[in-house]
Amino acid sequence: MTHRPGAAGADIVIRGLTKSYGAHRVLDGIDLTVPAGSVTALLGPNGSGKTTTVSIASTLFPADAGSVTIAGHDTVRDARKVRSLIGVTGQSVAIDDLFTGRENLRLMGDLRHLGRGESRRRADELLERFDLVGAADRPVSTYSGGMRRRLDLAMTLVSTPRVIFLDEPTTGLDPRSRRVLWDIIGGLTASGVTIFLTTQYLEEADQLADRIAVLDHGHIVAEGTAQDLKRRVHESEIRLSFDDDESFDAARTLLPSARPVADARRLDLPTDDTVTAMRTTLNLLDAASIDVADVEVHTPTLDDVFFALTGSASAGADATGYVDADDESGAA
Amino acid sequence: MPTLAYAVTDSRIMLRRNLRRLVKYPMLTVMLLGLPVVFLLLFVFVFGGQLGAGMTTASGITGREAYLDYVVPGIILVTVASAVQGSAIVVAMDMTSGIINRFRTMDIGRSSVLVGHVLASLIQALISIAIVLLVAVALGYRPTANPLGWLGALGVTVMFSIALIWLAIYLGLAADSVETASNSPMFLTIMPFLSTGFVPADSLPVGVRQFAEHQPFTPVIEVLRGTLGDTPVPAGSVIASIAWSVGIGGVSYLLALRTYERRAITA
Repeated sequence: MTHRPGAAGADIVIRGLTKSYGAHRVLDGIDLTVPAGSVTALLGPNGSGKTTTVSIASTLFPADAGSVTIAGHDTVRDARKVRSLIGVTGQSVAIDDLFTGRENLRLMGDLRHLGRGESRRRADELLERFDLVGAADRPVSTYSGGMRRRLDLAMTLVSTPRVIFLDEPTTGLDPRSRRVLWDIIGGLTASGVTIFLTTQYLEEADQLADRIAVLDHGHIVAEGTAQDLKRRVHESEIRLSFDDDESFDAARTLLPSARPVADARRLDLPTDDTVTAMRTTLNLLDAASIDVADVEVHTPTLDDVFFALTGSASAGADATGYVDADDESGAA
Repeated sequence: MPTLAYAVTDSRIMLRRNLRRLVKYPMLTVMLLGLPVVFLLLFVFVFGGQLGAGMTTASGITGREAYLDYVVPGIILVTVASAVQGSAIVVAMDMTSGIINRFRTMDIGRSSVLVGHVLASLIQALISIAIVLLVAVALGYRPTANPLGWLGALGVTVMFSIALIWLAIYLGLAADSVETASNSPMFLTIMPFLSTGFVPADSLPVGVRQFAEHQPFTPVIEVLRGTLGDTPVPAGSVIASIAWSVGIGGVSYLLALRTYERRAITA
């Protein structure tokens, strides 16, 4: 199924989006189409423009140029309609610290004009679903980081929005809380809602998203499924390690297509069918009586993709400050 | 539902939210109420004997009691100025906690979030004034106002309070932290001291006197003094009070709305 820009099948259509803060151009003409019912991840390092993209798309502030439409409605001209269709969970948890979890959810229900009874019923249902029943009547200032994120997401879901924005939903969470949140987000997709999430974690994009767009310095540098992106980098490899130079040299002669890594006495054999290649190769080496110390299959990860596309180390590993030498000064 | 009905409903929801927050955070009100009460006690018990030495009210009271009569309108405005500091603080709390961003991405009546804050602050200010007046009565304050006088006093207080609340809300929205928001409206609590609230204008040195005669708190204090006591209400002060309230309130309202719509916390 293909999605034409602006077609009925697209819930978010971003065209030529540009935004600058002073001299620093944060977004430099972004085009992106998010199909209805999909989970699309905007993957990029800190300062690449992810939050700015979500803020503009969720009507928080206008772009300098370009447009965003949500289910066909322009985010500037038709902001109220857009707001009735979206739910936003921002990077900083947006909950009322003086209120309890239940009060926070009911406030959202009231503001969405659900009516008193429905508002209460919805709050109870979400407390149950997000495993917050036990803490429902405690002030949220006593909640853990993971609980606050869950409540924040639950508040976004009170009105069953058609499009959900999740800006770095698990940043700063411990691995267990992250796993819980991933399960919840994964469960949302079953209801057919469209999810647009930003993340600096490759693993998170891989885990949650059908489609990934890689954002770097205000440009979309790649777009596709995780598989598409991995394929763009290089094929899988079989990596053969040897204990001594004699075996290493013999194997090199035997396997001329392999890429030698001399310091490690290792041969990297590119292939698109690792199982067949592995069997053939090992048989060949066996017939020549060459001892192999270790065999390893390497498939490309999104880390490799990210490195190849942006020339930067994994965003997750480099979460502190991503400013290239050629970047304008003061950009953060 | 038409847009206006939504705006009213949403304002009511936001008002209820803000009142609940005040109940859950009583220390804020206690702190803000402490200032005018302390000033009232200080000025009446410590300075009152000296300041009231030459004063005689229309009903013939002199000394400390006369000064109590004189100072209550000024203390009422200290109460208002102190209360609006709370408005700036709670708005800044909303801004820094990110919940304002959530409200702004929801289909909520255009100014309902701010109107909810204004109404809650007004209620808080009026309750604070009532408590301060009770303390004054306990000290011997006996206002001689008739029902019309009370109505006039309430009217001018509400009007001027709304203006200062919008100003404080703007300062709270524009502040980059709760600390800044709690400091920036502080000049408002100094204003009653540089007016006719504590001593008559003709006892002030040149410069301060001119400032006192032309600043917004003075006409409001004069109207309160006239309506609560038995002195005539100067017509000029009534007009000046209305003009200052509409001016401060109107400009602050526009600034606040603009700041609310444009300023997003991206941290």
